[in-house]
Formats: sequence, structure tokens, C-alpha cells
Amino acid sequence: MKILVCISKVPDTTAKISFTDGDTKFNEAGVQFIINPYDEWYALVRGLELKEANNGTVTTISVGGPDYDPIIRKALAIGADAAVRIDAQPTDSYQVASEIANYAKDNGYDMVLCGKETIDYNGSQVGGMIAELMDLPYVSLAVKLEVNGTIATIERDVQGGTEVVEVSGAFVLSASKGMAEQRIPNMRGIMQARTKPLTVVPASGSSAMTEVVSYELPPAKTACKMVDAEDMDELISLLHNEAKVI
Amino acid sequence: MANDRYEAHDYYLMDDLLSDEHKLIRDSARAWVKQEVSPIIEDYYERAEFPKQIIPGLGAIGGFGPYIPEEYGGPGLDQISYGLIMQELERCDSGLRSTSSVQSSLVMYPIWKFGSEEQKQKYLPKLATGEFIGCFGLTEPDFGSNPGGMVTNIKDAGDHYILNGAKMWISNAPFADCAVVWAKNEEGRIKGLIVDRGMEGFETPEMHGKHSLRASATGELIFNNVKIPKENILPNKDGLGAPLQCLDSARYGIAWGAIGAALDCYDAALRYSKERIQFGKPIGSFQLQQKKLAEMITEITKAQLLTFRLGQLRNDGKATSSQISMAKRNNVDMALKIAREARQMHGAMGISNEYPMMRHMANLESVITYEGTHDIHLLITGMDVTGIPAFQ
Ligand SMILES: Cc1cc2nc3c(=O)[nH]c(=O)nc-3n(C[C@H](O)[C@H](O)[C@H](O)COP(=O)(O)OP(=O)(O)OC[C@H]3O[C@@H](n4cnc5c(N)ncnc54)[C@H](O)[C@@H]3O)c2cc1C
Repeated sequence: MKILVCISKVPDTTAKISFTDGDTKFNEAGVQFIINPYDEWYALVRGLELKEANNGTVTTISVGGPDYDPIIRKALAIGADAAVRIDAQPTDSYQVASEIANYAKDNGYDMVLCGKETIDYNGSQVGGMIAELMDLPYVSLAVKLEVNGTIATIERDVQGGTEVVEVSGAFVLSASKGMAEQRIPNMRGIMQARTKPLTVVPASGSSAMTEVVSYELPPAKTACKMVDAEDMDELISLLHNEAKVI
Repeated sequence: MANDRYEAHDYYLMDDLLSDEHKLIRDSARAWVKQEVSPIIEDYYERAEFPKQIIPGLGAIGGFGPYIPEEYGGPGLDQISYGLIMQELERCDSGLRSTSSVQSSLVMYPIWKFGSEEQKQKYLPKLATGEFIGCFGLTEPDFGSNPGGMVTNIKDAGDHYILNGAKMWISNAPFADCAVVWAKNEEGRIKGLIVDRGMEGFETPEMHGKHSLRASATGELIFNNVKIPKENILPNKDGLGAPLQCLDSARYGIAWGAIGAALDCYDAALRYSKERIQFGKPIGSFQLQQKKLAEMITEITKAQLLTFRLGQLRNDGKATSSQISMAKRNNVDMALKIAREARQMHGAMGISNEYPMMRHMANLESVITYEGTHDIHLLITGMDVTGIPAFQ
């Protein structure tokens, strides 16, 4: 069983967010980066569980510069067998998806797993685009994945319940919370990661189809106003005149 | 501590001095601690019990002998990695770090450095995973700061030795599978030997009533005519220098560990200072509270720099015992003061077990005492700079 897992680099959840270049670029100064949690905790770990049960291999793939290497080593320490880094700065979902699809299509993977979204740009597009570009079925927002021979049974969260989907043959899936449990790298894994292959391949030259014009931070939280419990007139006046909700 | 909100603080960008692998090791230890130990530590502390179920996990993250070479089951890491792991463990609890320090520096280290090849093969791989837990018996009821005066002794009985005496205040003793014990031979020379649980005449009663280091088990080692096979003697070093060399390694780990405890207290105080409102403002907006926070992060940063440099010296094999004494003494004292200040900043909440400062503070009273008291380390520095010992 050959499994490809997409690994993306995102700012740590506690990072302070600001922008540069006239609000068109995320300011990376002083920011710690982590593996996108949906990629790490769910897609990668489920991939590893399937590999362990079925004698397969897990390769991670990322589109990024050498600044990706520390998080890729972590994925190898968690248990991936090999890693591929496509040497290009990620610009938009289409460029990333087509670079991954171009690499993956000649390598005969049984499945391509990714997280349901990255926690920075929340695009939720890469998985679907990879599937389209490789002409494979795509199952999004999966919470459970079982494989039996060539049939994969996948559960998806849908409004008010669960949908069960079957696919035969190769497929692309995006993983949601619940698919697996986080694995913390142990010392053996960290040592083994030293010698696992991290192959850097040149980009195929796909270009972005969209361009970010500007970013904006959400409005700052305003202070909470306390109103005397007896003073209904004040409350109504505030809701009407300041909050403008009634 | 069920909700461990700890975030690390790195005022002088010390992370830039670390390799990616150092950071991965440290962050993995931190994640493991948050997931496995933070949720249970207050409970075990209160019950005065070591959470034995975490032992395999502690082994897996490199908590047992991280610098032991791969041929003996260790990961063969450098001294900075060892320090970072100790920092993350003590960030949670000094008792957790103690279990790990004792196993690493006081049990695995002497077997690795002074043991025979058979001893290394027999003990080190099992100690590295935590399948075996070890303890280190140096202190005696009447000989603490002056271990050279010990009365525990071995007598040659032909094909074996007979061991008699008692050790006290021994971390991990109540459940240890083996003990590295220091005893005098008939010529009065200090020898190291490995005593296995189950040997006749060997007992390890637990000591109770500790107000400090409650999540670590402490006990006595009692030897009543214990037959010690000759192959259990550590052959490659004797004299007081042998246990002192182990203590160098452990004290170095404590210097890092204390930074962890200090960071946890500072982190809690900084967060609380922004959340707690008095007189209509966060308490962090008052100068007196800012003074405390500013001094804490200054002292932590100084300790981080001192200790990182000490790690480089140890990696190069150049760190002296006196340099290690300085770092152990400085950092533990720094952490204890920060624990006290951080506790005060929490007002009454500071004495409850919803916050870690009071536990750290009580723990650090052991840490400032064991592995050489605060006073003794000062005398070591004094002797080093003047050339005149002032111990007696
Ligand atoms: C929780 C805990 C765990 C421990 N674990 C271990 C262990 O695993 N293995 C082990 O072998 N030991 C262990 N110890 C023992 C520890 O190392 C000793 O307690 C320590 O060395 C001090 O010895 P003491 O308690 O006998 O104090 P003492 O030596 O009696 O000292 C009492 C006071 O006198 C001062 N003093 C002593 N001599 C001088 C001097 N010459 N000049 C000036 N002041 C002096 C000391 O600084 C101290 O303030 C542990 C202790 C604790 C509390």
C-alpha cells in the first residue's frame, strides 16, 4: 500500500498575526511554524496506521523552500518513511495542487491524504484540486477511513449525521478531526528521521491562478460594558443606538 | 493543571543557538509532558506517589540516559539535548525530573563510565527503556554533605563481598530494580557496586511525610549482610571522585531543570497579571507587579545563557565541577525566588493547586538541598577561586 500524505507548514496557533508589503504578505518575523494540525494529527497518523496494518509505505509531500525541512523532519520522526519537497514557494491552492499532482501521477499511490484545510488560509481546496488534476475520486471532510483490498470505506460528517462512502481504486481524501489520535515523536523516531530520505525535486513550474490583494485583521475586541440589572432603559438604548441590533 | 496553558519564553532568542533536532526533541518532550503528566501531576503530588504508568513514555521521549551511546540502547545525544529534556520535565515537576536525572546521571552514567562490558550490556538497555528503574545510594543518616565519611562497607569473602550499612533519602529506592551503591572496602576506599532487588538482606522502605518532591518516591536502602557477587563491583573507577563525577552530570541536568520550573512560574504569573483585574485594571499594569515580572525574565534569561554555555563546555569535555556547581546553585536559587514571587502575584489563588507555583516552590526546597546544598556549592566556588577549602 503506497500512501502519499500532503504536509503543509503553518504558523503556531499562538503566533501573533501581522502583515507586511502593504498588507499583502503574512509577516513571518518571530513566528514559530508547525505542521498543519489536520495534516499531522489526522492525515499522517491515519496513513501510518494503515501502513502498519497493511505493510505499506508513507511518503510525505510538501511544496515549499528549505524552511520546510524542520517540519518535514518532524513528519519523518512521527513515522513517515520518506519525504518529498517540491522546491517552490507556495503561492495559491492551484499551484500547490498542480505541483503535487504532477509529482504524484507518475508514482502510483493508492491514496493521497491531506488535511481538510490549513489553519492559516483555510482554503480547503488543495485536496479537491489534486483529485481533479489526477482524475481521481475525492472524498472531503472524512472522519473515518478503512481499507479492505481495493475498497476504501470512508465516513464523512454531514449535517446532523454521518455519510458512508465507498471508493474503489486510488482516491484523494481530506481528513477532519476524529480520523486518528495525535502521535508525539519519540526518541527512536527522531533518531531514525536523521537517515530517512528527504528528496528535493524541482518544481514543474505551475503558476498561481489567484493573487492576494490584501489581508485585514478582524476588528479588535471591544471592552465588555456592564449594565445595571435594574436599568432596562439603558440596556435597550445601548442595544438600539450603539450595537444597532434592535 | 488539568488545563496546562504553558507557553515557553525565549527573550534572547536562544532558539537560534539550537539545532532543528534539539528543538524537535524539546518540543516532543514538552508535548508529551502536557499530554501525559500535566493532567495527573497534582493528584499524584497530593497522594505523595510517583505515577509509575508514565515510565515507558518517559523512556520513549529520551528521559533515561539520552547521552548513552546507541550500542547500549541509548540515543547517543549531546549534552544540550539532555539539558533540554530535563528542562521540560522539571517545567512540569521537579519530582519527574528527579526520577529521570537519577536514572540517567546517577545510575546509567556510572555503569557506562565505570562499569564492565557485561554490566553495560546487562543493565543499560533495560534502564534506557524504563524496564529497569535504578537508584543511587550515597547519602547516609550521618553523612550528607560529607559523603566521604560514609560507614556503609564491603568485606571480601572470597568469591563475593558482604555489604552492610544503610543509605537514606534515596530517590526511586522504593521501586528500584537495582541500586548503584557507594561503600568503603576494608582499606577505606570508596567502591561503586550494583545491588539488585531481591538480594537477601536488602530492603528499601519508603520514607513518608515529605512536604517537598511528593510526586517522587524516596526511601532508605538497608543492607544486612548482603552477598554481592564480585562481578557487581564497578571495576573502572573508585574513590570519592567516582560518585562526584556522577553528581557533576546530575547537577548539570538540574541547572537546566531549574530553568524549566522558573519558566513555568513566570509563565503563570505573566498570564495571571493580564487576566486578574483589581482597582479596575489588570494587576500587570501596576509598577510593582511589572518589577517582579521584569526581574523574573531577566534572571531566567541570564540563567539560560549561563546554562547553554555550560552545555557547550560539557559537549567539548571542558566543563569543570566548579563551573557546574555555579550553575546548579545559581539556577535553583533563581527558580526558588521566582516561584515565591510568582506565587505572591497570584494572591490567594497562588496557594491553590490550580496553579503550579506552590508545588514548584516546595519541590525546589529539595532541589536546593540535594546534589550538594546551596551552601556547599558556594564553598566549592570559594575554594575554586581562592584555592583554599573551607569545608572543615
Ligand atoms: C527529596 C530528596 C531526595 C534525595 N535523593 C537522594 C538520592 O537519590 N541519593 C542520595 O545519595 N542522596 C539523596 N538525597 C540526599 C541529599 O543529597 C542530602 O540531603 C544532601 O547532600 C545534604 O545532606 P544532609 O541532608 O545530610 O544535610 P547536612 O549535610 O547535614 O547539612 C545541613 C546544613 O548544614 C550545611 N553544611 C553542611 N556542611 C557544611 C559546611 N562544611 N559548611 C557550611 N555549611 C555546611 C548545609 O549546607 C545544610 O544547610 C536526597 C535528598 C532529598 C531531600
